[in-house]
Amino acid sequence: MTVLQKKAHNPIGHLTPEDIEQLGVELDAIRQSVIDTRGADDAAYIRKVIDAQRKLELGSRAILLISMFPPAWVVGTAGLAVAKIIENMEIGHNVMHGQWDWMRDPKIHSTTWEWDNASPSEQWKHSHNELHHTYTNVIGKDNDLGYGIMRVDEDQRWVPFYTAQPLWNFVNACFFEYGIAAYDLELGKNLATKERRNNPEFRARAKVTLKKIRNQVTKDYVIHPLLSGPSFLNTIAANATANLVRNIWTHSVIMCGHFPEGVETFERKSIVGETRGEWYLRQMLGSANISGSKAMHFMTGNLSFQIEHHLFPDLPSNRYQEIAPQVQALFAKYGLTYTTGSLPRQVASAWKKVIRLSLPNDFGRKARAKVLPLLPVTPRSEAGSRAAA
Amino acid sequence: MAQIRVLRRVASLLTTPLAPEDILGLVNPLSSSRQLRGVVTKVVRETPDSTTIHFRPGRGWNPHAAGQWARVGVEIDGVRHWRSYSLSAAAGHDPAITVTAIGVVSTALARDTRVGDILFLDTPQGDFTLPEHPRPLLMLTAGSGLTPVMSMIRTLVPRRPDADVVLIHSARTPADALFHDELLELADQFPGLTVKHWFTRDSGTGAPARRLDLGDATDLETLCPDWRDRAAYACGPADFLDAATELWLRDGHDDTHENLTIERFATALLPGTGGEGGLVTFEKSDKEVEVDGDVPLLDAGEECGVVMPSGCRMGICRSCLIPLVAGKVRDLRTGEVHGDEGELIQTCVNAAAGPVNLDI
Repeated sequence: MTVLQKKAHNPIGHLTPEDIEQLGVELDAIRQSVIDTRGADDAAYIRKVIDAQRKLELGSRAILLISMFPPAWVVGTAGLAVAKIIENMEIGHNVMHGQWDWMRDPKIHSTTWEWDNASPSEQWKHSHNELHHTYTNVIGKDNDLGYGIMRVDEDQRWVPFYTAQPLWNFVNACFFEYGIAAYDLELGKNLATKERRNNPEFRARAKVTLKKIRNQVTKDYVIHPLLSGPSFLNTIAANATANLVRNIWTHSVIMCGHFPEGVETFERKSIVGETRGEWYLRQMLGSANISGSKAMHFMTGNLSFQIEHHLFPDLPSNRYQEIAPQVQALFAKYGLTYTTGSLPRQVASAWKKVIRLSLPNDFGRKARAKVLPLLPVTPRSEAGSRAAA
Repeated sequence: MAQIRVLRRVASLLTTPLAPEDILGLVNPLSSSRQLRGVVTKVVRETPDSTTIHFRPGRGWNPHAAGQWARVGVEIDGVRHWRSYSLSAAAGHDPAITVTAIGVVSTALARDTRVGDILFLDTPQGDFTLPEHPRPLLMLTAGSGLTPVMSMIRTLVPRRPDADVVLIHSARTPADALFHDELLELADQFPGLTVKHWFTRDSGTGAPARRLDLGDATDLETLCPDWRDRAAYACGPADFLDAATELWLRDGHDDTHENLTIERFATALLPGTGGEGGLVTFEKSDKEVEVDGDVPLLDAGEECGVVMPSGCRMGICRSCLIPLVAGKVRDLRTGEVHGDEGELIQTCVNAAAGPVNLDI
């Protein structure tokens, strides 16, 4: 993809400023309709999910106490992986977005929630809620475009480091929680110079992250294995597997949000003085959904409704599915493309882009150019001036 | 204590990033010591509009003194609301609140509470309590203002043979009068209690139905001739208490109102004190909202999902204090505009006067 503003066919060229503001009004109305009907059922939903997730995690860890028996290992590991995925996605991500703040329950609140992930919630909320959700898909502003280690857009400058980006992406998928923590700490930038390394603010944040990682690692790889006694090593392997599965799954789902073909990116200067309608429009074109079953949506934390989530990041996730048809109807009404596809298709599309863009944009074209006969071309401006003469 | 701390530390290694209580809470909702809860054990309809809710509090509750109040949190349409209620049960007994259906929260509590429901709680507070040494007492109450006084009467009268209590209670009709029959029975049984009901609409006895007049001492003299010699406790609507305060100041025994202790349920906000309002930013919660000049900051925060500390909601208990980062606020009781950086703001009685940033 190329930033929308440089495209030969601009996908929003047919919209007048009035259209865009009207679109904003209609989206605001959808948002309000959910807010007006938020209530006891939604509160019961998130409490049920949290309760079930905790019981699943507790049960799985209990089974893993005897993980030297292969069936216990398999069941316990699978349960723990699912529990960790739910905890990170349908619960953690969404609670930290403030989707449940309206309940005024201090236990289920964006300001108090801490998740089972390497990155401390405070730092994640800053890089995710404030930066990514505000500057979605703006080249040079939204670091989620390739997480600073990959090139996922033609308009990101190629450097030789990107040649190996399929490998970086795979490594990042396996250790995704640490990738997120490093990303939230802006490790690449902050380790680059001695001055930045010694910045007290950075050091304080790094300390918090390291403490959190230490607690997480102690729990998964020391305490619970010790409790398993003779199953010590099996439990370590089980917990590592559950973390790996969670990492790869969350990485795959998140890649599908903004990397697949069809998602638009934006120039930095295009968001200067952006109106609410224009912001909405950027979210609509900058995100992609995943189609699938109810269970699939749940396991992605309803991030399969990435478009709806980006339009309304603080609406309760259990309501995205219900408003998706209305949002889709607005796409149709305003002649916009609602990008969606099955999980395998979107994952493949995102990976294809990671692989293709590991090479410079004109790599294939240069190679072809050699075999084409070179015709003498008169630059147009010169031709124009000659004609004038 | 040290052992418990070590135990907690070890347990939290197992449960991080959650607290051990979060796991215990899966089995026993009353186990959390961070959020005190109670389970409703009995619900009694007192009058057509009011209900007594008995509850058994979980860990962390302190036994209440007669006359004290507690904050009670209840969820309505999925949203947690907090209000303060006087505890009407005798000291030493499991607590109970008596709620009159006025306003959204009290109405929901009075109408929809069932045995087994969980209430969120805060520990009992307040200094509207019985005197340390025995004295003749006069209780002057109106409407639901009887609730803290009822706790005092239930505590004192059956236990102290030397008690000398006169209760003057004003209600609209006998059917509206809280604890009507129980009070008459107590007065029959114990010589230490005298009960004078005053009905403002329909006495059922043919007596003139009018408001108890505290503009001068005439009514009081009739009901309780030695009122000046008694330690008085008053609880009821704001105008009722204002009149009582003035009367004691003017006609009381020693030209002061030291003999009178009052408990307010609501504070009179100056009408028309609201100014232009403004954009309120709750910095740590990362929320902002545009509000009118007559909306307390507490309500504004709650409305947009900030977990605001709160208490009496009428400018007395100072549980709702939040440091001001920037801007000016208007005190809704006096209309005064104030605000220095770092000043602790009573959010329940202050509104925005222009843009305001709060440190929460």
